[in-house]
Parts: sequence; structure tokens; C-alpha cells
Amino acid sequence: MNYELDRITDIYNKLIGPTNELLDRNTGSIVINEDKVLSINEINGLHIEYNKITDGVEINIHVDADIRINDPVHLCVGMLPSEGRQVIRSRIYIHRNAYVKFLAHCIFQNAKHIEHIMDSEIYLEDSAEMIYKEEHFNSDDGEIYTYPKIIGEIGNNSRLSEEFKLIHGRAGNINIDYDIKQNEKSSCDIMTKIFGKKKDNIKIKESLYLNGPYASGTATSRVVLIDNAKSNVFGEIAGNAPYTRGHVDCQEVISDGDAYASATPKISVNNPLSQITHEASIGRVNKKELETLMAHGISKDEAIQLIVRGILR
Amino acid sequence: MDFDRLLEIKNLYFNINGKDILKDINLTVKKGEILPIIGVNGTGKSTLASIIMGLSGYKPTRGRIIFKGEDITDLSVTARAKLGITLAWQIPANFEGIAVREYLSINNKMSPEEALNFVGLNPKSYMDRILDDSLSGGERKRIELASVLSIKPSLVILDEPDSGIDIASMDIILNVIHELKKNGSSVILVTHSKRMATIADKLVLMCNGNIVKKGDAKKIIKFFEHYCKSCGHIGKIDEGVLNEL
Ligand SMILES: Nc1ncnc2c1ncn2[C@@H]1O[C@H](COP(=O)(O)OP(=O)(O)OP(=O)(O)O)[C@@H](O)[C@H]1O
Ligand SMILES: [Mg+2]
Repeated sequence: MNYELDRITDIYNKLIGPTNELLDRNTGSIVINEDKVLSINEINGLHIEYNKITDGVEINIHVDADIRINDPVHLCVGMLPSEGRQVIRSRIYIHRNAYVKFLAHCIFQNAKHIEHIMDSEIYLEDSAEMIYKEEHFNSDDGEIYTYPKIIGEIGNNSRLSEEFKLIHGRAGNINIDYDIKQNEKSSCDIMTKIFGKKKDNIKIKESLYLNGPYASGTATSRVVLIDNAKSNVFGEIAGNAPYTRGHVDCQEVISDGDAYASATPKISVNNPLSQITHEASIGRVNKKELETLMAHGISKDEAIQLIVRGILR
Repeated sequence: MDFDRLLEIKNLYFNINGKDILKDINLTVKKGEILPIIGVNGTGKSTLASIIMGLSGYKPTRGRIIFKGEDITDLSVTARAKLGITLAWQIPANFEGIAVREYLSINNKMSPEEALNFVGLNPKSYMDRILDDSLSGGERKRIELASVLSIKPSLVILDEPDSGIDIASMDIILNVIHELKKNGSSVILVTHSKRMATIADKLVLMCNGNIVKKGDAKKIIKFFEHYCKSCGHIGKIDEGVLNEL
């Protein structure tokens, strides 16, 4: 019926798993290829509007107040052609006391030269909760430019948990830029996991502003690099109100080759009752971890693979 | 060749930055033998353990290590493990993202459930836990013991398996050691616990990078309590006292 949808779901099936949830009438979902919405499914309390824009789609998602959506809402974004530019501009509003979990899959399996721009705004009203997990599936060679950008604000007593993962295929040129403001008693955990190979160039900036009392947040990144890949990680938390707590945690592992990594944690506090900490490490695979696994009889290479897989899991 | 000898260490020296950490170590471990090693802090027990396992940075300056009749002095950690040697560290490594189930499934000859039960951890609660710092120190050490049990090694070096474990759980470690012995493993047991050390008839006393004596466990412990605990020096022991051991 829909040739493009068939092709996307085919790839989804191979890479991610059964597509029944993605296409189920009882599950919220949206499937996009290039600048076209191929399928959309709204469910009770979930509204998805979209408009076509130059090279892409603008989406507004609302989860109504007091609605709890137990099954994950699926967002599937792909580029079937090998070349092109795709802009996804999304605004997500989680209203008072609502709960939702998004599973986003971005599929660029055929990519030779793709530019993928994701401009997101995320707003959580008071006492809302949103979990957002995004995973990218890139081609193994090919130039992919990815620009995930989030501007967010989290209301009082609300919670945002965000995870971005790019461990399949080439990371390409990726530039992550998150800026999230947090109000009273809100919590936010962001986690980025990227595997860089060949000449991949990875930039990560995660910034949390703890503006309300008792707000807490973690900005975590895990990057593993081989070959000539490069990464620059900047994790920032500002404690701007009393009793705020935050932790920046950047870990980059160079497992092989001439890779380059830098990490810059930035923490600031302008209230004596705020406590923000950080840790950053760049290094080879931990020697003790490696030798512990080798002492169980597996080779050094197998041990490295197991450790790296663990870090990026 | 004497097949009864599993491990032989011959005239082994280990020197870092001009300092001898181990001096002329000679030691034999028999098949199925449990051999406790005692000695005050900093005498070289963990260093010896690292050298036997072949950890990087622990290549002997002199001497040979023979295992099952084969010279393993230049073999990698993996090669030694494949021959049947393993080590449980004094402080085990943590792994971000590796689950207990996965860890206990590496070259295992016993199911992860069975191994966990053996060390008194409920498989239902622990199987899917991650081996990171969310586990308590004692839980992590028990999981290490479970992993050692499950690979059924010929020789296992336990470096202070009792440190960080509550006294009530001491029996668990003793059980693990008995089970290892039952399965035919030899055990080098580094310990500061009298109860642990007297699990065998014979033990080894180390002092200042030397093996002072291998002999009767009760006598050596008595000697240790009398002389070593208050000894500041170290190195010279009255030959007369020593000969009484
Ligand atoms: N890499 C190293 N560089 C310098 N000195 C070292 C190194 N490794 C060990 N040592 C020194 O060698 C000595 C023996 O250390 P080792 O850890 O083997 O002692 P131990 O008998 O296991 O002590 P403990 O009972 O405290 O565990 C110590 O003085 C230690 O500081
Ligand atoms: Mg030690």
C-alpha cells in the first residue's frame, strides 16, 4: 500500500525488532521518511500535529494533563535515499501530571551524504514525567551530519529522563547541544552514548540549569573511540538555587588507534546550599577490568569488546 | 616430572625502581592443595599473586614459574587462564554495563544460578544487577567468588577473600574453598584471618618480600602472633626460633 512505509518497516524489522508496536492501533506513533509523514497514530490523550517545512517536518506533540500513557510512544524517523537533508522540528508538551515514554529510532542505513537536523523543544508542566530514548542506526560508511538540539524546561516536581545512543554504524559528524532549565524539585537525567570510528567527529554539549530549589540533575556521557575518531565533550550544570544537586559525568575511552578525546566539565554554583560535582576521565580501557576478564580465559580483544559494549549499553 | 606439583616458583625476584619487592621466592603448590599465605601489610603477598597471574607490570626480574610442567613465565594472562589459573583480586574490578548473569557466563562450567546460590546470593535478586559500584563491596566480592567457582580452575589465587566480608559470612568463603578443593582445584589463599589460615595444615609466612617458612599452620600462626605483629624491621628472624617451627 505504502512503498516507503514498507521499506522503513523492513529495515526496522532487521535492525530493531518486530514492528507490531510501531504500527499497532493502540500505540501512539509517527513514522517519517525525508519530509513526509508516512503514518501517524494518535491515542487517548496523545495529540500529534504536523506540517511540512523546507526539507522536513514540523511536529507538535501534546500529552494531556493527568494522562498516563503506559505503552511507549514510537517515533521513527528515516532517510531512505542516500543523499539529502532532513529537518525535524519538534515541540513536545507534557501537560500537568502526565506521564509518557518515547522510543525514537532514527534510521540512516543507506546514507552516503545525509544532513539530519533535529531541533527539539521540550516542555514539562508541573508534576509531569517524560522518558525519552533515542537511538540512531547509521550506515557503516557514508557521511552523516547529525545535529540534535534540545531546548527544554522542566516544571515543578517534574522529571525528564533522556538518553541518546549512536553505536551502530558511523557516528559521522555529530553535534549535540542540549540546554535544559529546571524548576523547583524537578529532576533531569541526560545520558549520551556514542561509538566513534574512522574519522568521526563528535561534539557533545549537555547543559542543565538548576534554577528552582531542590532541583537535581545528572549530565552523563560515554564515548568510545577507535581509529582516528575525535570527540569533544562539554558537560555543564549550574546550581542556581538552594538545595540543588547535580553531577556531571564524562567518560571517554580510546580503545584503539589514534583517536583524540577531550572532556570539559563545567560546574558553577551561585548559592551556598547548592552542591554540584563532576568527574571526567579519558583513557584506555581500564587495565584491571581487562585483566579480570582475561583471567577468566578470554582474549584481550574479546575482553575489550565486552567492556566497550558494557560502557555503551 | 612430578605430576603432583601443579605450580613451581623457582628463584623468583621482582624489583621495581631498584627496590626488591620479592626476593628469591621458591614455592611449590601441589594438586588439590590449599595453601594459605600470611604476612604483615606490604610484605608482597598481592605482588606474588599478580606475578603468578602474569598481570601487566609484574614480570619477574629473575626466576621461573612452572605450571603443569610448562614454563609460563612469559605467557599472557589469557594463556595462563586457559591453562587453568585464575585470580580473585583483593579489590575486584567493577564493570559498567556488564550484568552478573553475563559475567558468570564467561567460560563457566556451572550455571550462574548455582554459583550465586553457593555464595549466598539469591539469583532472583542478583542475576540482572550490573557489576558496577551499586553493588556493595561484600556483594561484589561474593560474586567474584562465584565466578571463580564457576570456571572450575586448576589453580585459584584468592587475595584476601575475607576482607570486607562480615564475620557471619566467613563460612560462605570457607564453603567455597572446600567446594574448590572438592572439584580438584588448588588454592593459594592470601589472608589476614586466623580462621581462614588454619583451613589447611600447612601455610606460608611471608616477610619483607621473602618466604620465611612453609610449615605447620598452628606453629607458624603462633610465631606470627608473637614476633611478626610487633616487628618493625623487617627481614631478619632468629634462626633458632625459626628452626623450632
Ligand atoms: N607498582 C609498584 N610500585 C612501587 N611499589 C610497589 C608496587 N607494587 C607493590 N609495591 C610495593 O611492594 C610492597 C608489597 O606490596 P603488596 O601489595 O604485594 O603487599 P601485600 O603483602 O599484599 O600487603 P597487604 O596485606 O597490605 O595487602 C609494598 O611495599 C608496596 O608498596
Ligand atoms: Mg595485598
